[in-house]
Amino acid sequence: MCTTCGCGEGEVKIDGVDAHHEHEHVHADGTRHSHGHDHEHGAGATHEHVHAHQHSYAPAHSHAPGVGNRRMVQIEQDILAKNNAYAAQNRQRLAASGIFALNLVSSPGSGKTTLLVKTIGMLKGRQRVAVIEGDQQTSQDAERIRATGAPAIQINTGKGCHLDAHMVGHAMGKLELPEDSLLMIENVGNLVCPAAFDLGEAHKVVILSVTEGEDKPIKYPDMFRAAKLMLMNKCDLLPYVSFSVPRAIEFARRVNPAIEVIEVSATTGAGMEAWLEWIGRGAAELARPRLERAGS
Amino acid sequence: MHEMSLAEGVLQLIEDAAREQEFAKVTTVWLEIGQLSGVEVEAMKFCFDAVTRDSIADGARLEIIALPGTGWCMECSMSVPMAEVFGECPQCGGHRMQVTGGTEMRVKELEVA
Repeated sequence: MCTTCGCGEGEVKIDGVDAHHEHEHVHADGTRHSHGHDHEHGAGATHEHVHAHQHSYAPAHSHAPGVGNRRMVQIEQDILAKNNAYAAQNRQRLAASGIFALNLVSSPGSGKTTLLVKTIGMLKGRQRVAVIEGDQQTSQDAERIRATGAPAIQINTGKGCHLDAHMVGHAMGKLELPEDSLLMIENVGNLVCPAAFDLGEAHKVVILSVTEGEDKPIKYPDMFRAAKLMLMNKCDLLPYVSFSVPRAIEFARRVNPAIEVIEVSATTGAGMEAWLEWIGRGAAELARPRLERAGS
Repeated sequence: MHEMSLAEGVLQLIEDAAREQEFAKVTTVWLEIGQLSGVEVEAMKFCFDAVTRDSIADGARLEIIALPGTGWCMECSMSVPMAEVFGECPQCGGHRMQVTGGTEMRVKELEVA
């Protein structure tokens, strides 16, 4: 079972193969049992400890009288602690290889995959890109990416509504990630749940297309607060829709005063150079401390 | 949002603690949930009951400790209460606010038998 968060437990598939391998043994005496395997998470794996201190009844809580040997156990743990520990491992692995990872999030239909295909095409010969695709079902998106020549791996979350750091860690293990490359993680189309799940990426990039409501940033504030950059996609359609770019930016900055904004059209290519420059700056920032370490 | 995943996360923390602390039954769970964490308390209670069925926390009472939202207003240079992540400053009515507290989602403690 997935020990990260349990979302879509037992239904996660990575490139069509179950992420967690249950298998059954038959013993000599004829008894059968099945079990799952725990996975290794490489050297430097962080371990979670539950700091549980026993103490006798805390007077702050009132309890029914007459209960015998009950006791209090302090936990003081973040509910997402396990996911965050896996995310920290992923981040460490990425940093060690100088890989700049972006987590692309949006509602379904904002044009994430088209934007990715265009981005990969424009980066050809300049930077190597690998892609992790997240969808509930099908590997259609990974196939669209592979058609560009970039390596891609598909995670199917089953009923799950978001990618988590544990799934991404497995997918990273299956992808050949060259040093100093770019890793694009296309999350499940969903403006709510992926906001809370750190995958180990450098930044979340939220894509809002102009065919959606300009008030989405205040309707789904968590995602816009978690993102470093907002890409406003399908800008070629602005003459045909009643979407106000300044109002969308104002709404986004209301929930995240620091959010950066780039207007693009993956179809016409408008604004795409600014997006590639943004990627280039982020990747260079990541590379600098590494080069300084190597030089010292 | 995704209260089912969070409820399963809570159960995992409980099961980890049960292994280390050797208890077999949980009767009450206290969660600290910040006002700005995006967690819907009623949905959380519903999902908690569903995921703990037939576990060591089956039938456990879920107590929610609500923590207030706070933000830093860049205009006023002061910490102010915040009811929503896109809330306005109660002092100046501005929106240049950074959330500083109220995003917690923690398992605080358990009553076990």
